[in-house]
Amino acid sequence: MADLVERVLQEAAERESHYKTIEVHKDIELEIDPGNLLTVDTNPLDATKLKKNREEYLKSLARDNTQLLINTLWQLPTEKVDEAIVVKLPDPKTPIPREKPVPKDKALTKWQQYAQLKGIQKRKKSRMMWDDQSKEWKPRWGYKRGNDDTQEWCIEVPDNAEDPNVDLFAKKNKEKKERVAKNELQRLRNIARSQKSKVPGVGLTPTEAPSKDYLGKALALARKSTASIGKFTDKLPTEKPSKHTGKKRKFEPNYGDVERESKKQLKILNHIQNRIPIVNTTKAANRHIMEEQRSRARRRREEDGGKQKGGKNKGGGGKKKGGFKAGKKGKAGGKKR
Amino acid sequence: MRPLTDEETKSFFDKLSKYIGENIKLLLERPDGSYCFRLHRDRIFYVREDLMKKAGNISRKNLLSMGTCFGKMTKTGKFHLQITALDFMAPYAKHKIWLKPSAEQQFVYGHHVMKSGLGRITENTSQYEGVVVYSMNDLPLGFGVAAKSTQDCRHADPMTLVAFHQADIGEYIRNEEALL
Repeated sequence: MADLVERVLQEAAERESHYKTIEVHKDIELEIDPGNLLTVDTNPLDATKLKKNREEYLKSLARDNTQLLINTLWQLPTEKVDEAIVVKLPDPKTPIPREKPVPKDKALTKWQQYAQLKGIQKRKKSRMMWDDQSKEWKPRWGYKRGNDDTQEWCIEVPDNAEDPNVDLFAKKNKEKKERVAKNELQRLRNIARSQKSKVPGVGLTPTEAPSKDYLGKALALARKSTASIGKFTDKLPTEKPSKHTGKKRKFEPNYGDVERESKKQLKILNHIQNRIPIVNTTKAANRHIMEEQRSRARRRREEDGGKQKGGKNKGGGGKKKGGFKAGKKGKAGGKKR
Repeated sequence: MRPLTDEETKSFFDKLSKYIGENIKLLLERPDGSYCFRLHRDRIFYVREDLMKKAGNISRKNLLSMGTCFGKMTKTGKFHLQITALDFMAPYAKHKIWLKPSAEQQFVYGHHVMKSGLGRITENTSQYEGVVVYSMNDLPLGFGVAAKSTQDCRHADPMTLVAFHQADIGEYIRNEEALL
């Protein structure tokens, strides 16, 4: 019996020596944040132990501190889930810096900006609404919506209609499509604005009564809507340059070279006094060359025309026609006289 | 504040040369330092370069004036000369009119010049030329436009207009707030 007791005691002593104690003494109490599973030890390190056996000392210190953390965990209320003991951690106390920067606020859409400025508040509408015709609750929009004006089988022609023969169904469809297209465009512009990229030009959205400015814009756009971006679009003889070129005025720098500036002004002054038109030399040269080429071509054509009259050439139809016309004109003139 | 564009310079010099002709050169090339023309609030200012640079430190909204204001550009790009430019116009004027003392007050009150008030006039002034108006003791009073050439003035009767009023020194009192 005594033997047994001794053996049991010995085993217990052995186990004790094998496992370290769960009671740890610290001079200064640790700051334990169980929410983050974090322990902060503010006790000073033992310099002699650190020097003598650094690794061992730090390891034992870490174990002791972890032990203290686990002790506090055991004090929390526990649950049993699937044969495992589980603890719900409290909220963390230590603020930890985030890995990524705080996401930026989403850019407001144009409407949201306007609504904010005017103090317009969003009002929640219920999703379902009462449909008088079918006497039941129906969704406000979408499939099987209530008060559906797209399913009407007849539309009354209004009294003040300009043209009673207009297809009102088609008109309604077209208007809807335009609204959808406009909304899509505005959506894209909002996205472009939020990404700080260049907002695409709208071109022109359809209007009921186009203003003078609108027409000017439309004209400028129409001129540019060619493969060559309007480079070769003909101009009317007395047409003024368009205001809607999209070009901005550019000024000389304010603190630039004043001497150069005054030289330029003197040049302008000379032009004013001598009344010399400012000549664009390259343009003038080009025009001269073009005229020369034209006259040369004309001369050659005349020479060719002379030859063709003698021989028989199928290709000369156009030129012959020209000659014929001239003759006809002459005849007509003669008759008049 | 910015330098003038070519079009602005042209319309400005066009107007200025009616009064002082090629003497504009003397305004641009001065021996006593470099001067320049600057546009600010639609007004053209004639400023010394270093003063202009100093004025550049003042925000556009707060900058009222600098150097000498020569006049205003209209929205359609025409230039209107102001009386403040008189200091620079008077010494270089090509055509002058001298007023009799009795007509001085009439002119300074903003009226046109009549033949009766005409003291002297520069020879060969043609019609619609810019003229600087002086009192008989050579005090510049303002400027205007010749309504009649020198030749026509001789035979005109005393009540005909000889010069159209454009600006006079009375504006410093009458029109003070608009002169800045």
